[in-house]
Amino acid sequence: MSCLEVRNLVKDFKIRSGLRSSTLRAVNDVSFTLEPGRTIALVGESGSGKSTVAKMISQLETPTSGEILLDDAPVGRRGRALTDYRHQVQMVFQDPFASLNPYHTVAHHLERPLQLHGVASGAELEPAVHGLLERVNLTPAETYAAKRPHEMSGGQRQRVAIARALAPGARFLVADEPVSMLDVSIRLGVLNLLARLQREENLGVLYITHDLATARHFSDEILVMYRGDVVERGPSDDVILDPQHDYTKTLLAAAPEPSRHGRLREEVRAELAGA
Amino acid sequence: MTATATGPLSSAAHDAYTAGLAPVLTARDVSIEYEVDPPVQAVKDVSLTLHRGEILGLAGESGCGKTTLAYGLDRLLKPPAILRSGEVTFHDASGVDIDVVGLRGDALRAFRWDKVSMVFQGAMNSLNPVISVRKQLGDVLTTHRPQMGRKERDARSAELLELVGVDPARLDSFAHELSGGMRQRVMIAMALALGPQVMIMDEPTTALDVVVQRGILREIMRLRERFDFAVVFITHDLPLLLEISDRIAVMREGEIVEIDTAESIYSRAQHPYTRQLLASFPSLTGDRGSFVRTGAEQEGAS
Repeated sequence: MSCLEVRNLVKDFKIRSGLRSSTLRAVNDVSFTLEPGRTIALVGESGSGKSTVAKMISQLETPTSGEILLDDAPVGRRGRALTDYRHQVQMVFQDPFASLNPYHTVAHHLERPLQLHGVASGAELEPAVHGLLERVNLTPAETYAAKRPHEMSGGQRQRVAIARALAPGARFLVADEPVSMLDVSIRLGVLNLLARLQREENLGVLYITHDLATARHFSDEILVMYRGDVVERGPSDDVILDPQHDYTKTLLAAAPEPSRHGRLREEVRAELAGA
Repeated sequence: MTATATGPLSSAAHDAYTAGLAPVLTARDVSIEYEVDPPVQAVKDVSLTLHRGEILGLAGESGCGKTTLAYGLDRLLKPPAILRSGEVTFHDASGVDIDVVGLRGDALRAFRWDKVSMVFQGAMNSLNPVISVRKQLGDVLTTHRPQMGRKERDARSAELLELVGVDPARLDSFAHELSGGMRQRVMIAMALALGPQVMIMDEPTTALDVVVQRGILREIMRLRERFDFAVVFITHDLPLLLEISDRIAVMREGEIVEIDTAESIYSRAQHPYTRQLLASFPSLTGDRGSFVRTGAEQEGAS
């Protein structure tokens, strides 16, 4: 069975302050298996280590210890093996304003990975680019292919970033806060797109976010990270509706809940009256 | 404020709610333009009344003009932004009405921060990195309360930090030595320093983690109970506004499209855009909404 597995992943960072140096364990013993057609959400606050996990999976950081396996074989770290890995595992970054090159057109952004990964060349390029744009709902494709990043909205740029990740024929996507920089009214559109790709193209998605609500609605399984540790994991509804770990409970209690309007004020009033 | 053909939508409940309240800040037909080429009308004929002691949420997405409007209310606009037309009146607790638009020079300086203070977007970058917290809080007091001696200033600064839940020992810290949440608390202390009647908060918690965010919100609510200032709370986070505000104004493209009590916005939103915004936030614990993984309708490439 094809899958992307991480086993006992650990990442230490050296912190130097003056002459002293110490170690910070950013990720401590994280294991999970991402299967095609499934979405795993990695949730946690800043500094919890979730992005470090993403970077290790996309091989932008080297794990201190632990293994990353693709289809049960340890993944290659350089040369040909690394390129092969990148055919299959791609990343969508948080900031579509920074992750696209302002000098280049959308077509260029998509042609490069198609060429580099040997998916298409020459005359095949244009139809391949258009095909990608259509897969991410940027139609008419000819119009979008000619645009530069500044001519598009944040949501459209993020769609281009997703198309670029799909270009090499990736089977797994690591999406690190893919919608947190976008306006609220277009976030669901981008998430729905990821959900459709995951469903229709059998993509495995690692969705990294601090937003518990979308984590619940868009993933099958949730892993809650706190200071490098996975403190709770399970099917999405179980984790959100019936949290076991104290930290998960704290996180859930802190999330805004529109139906509780006025509640916070009453709580504060009661508190002040009691004090 | 009733719903007219051109004005924002609102309900009878909203009128009933505002009926007995005393206004503290009134804006009438405010238009703000960015004098660029071509000119951008960032705020179009907005009228808004803020009542004494209330929390008014100003919701909208980036570029809708919510920050520009807030800056206009406090006369903080910088060129190329210019307040083209409209009136802003501050109804002082002493009974005097102040024409904010007409203020100049010293009168303007005395008004700002003293009557209306502001907590800026991105507290992370709003504190001066090269001077201590003591000096920054002291700065506000030296400018606005020149009669205060140094001892008095220090005592007041320490008191302010205590009010916002920061250890007064932090007076000698610099911004980089504080966590994000603490920096935001210091910003709030600064906004509190002169006992303002209105506090404008522009995305005060957006950059913070949810748990820290919750702590800050609590602090704001607590302080508001004690000092009874009115708050204009600007954010794109509608669920958060629904939880803390008395009333919510929804802005789009420079106009307020709907203004109503939080309760009405939550259960009976009238404007399609308000409904769209509400639908953009899946409920954490509610049923799995129809938008989930069905997609087609909301997946459009906007």
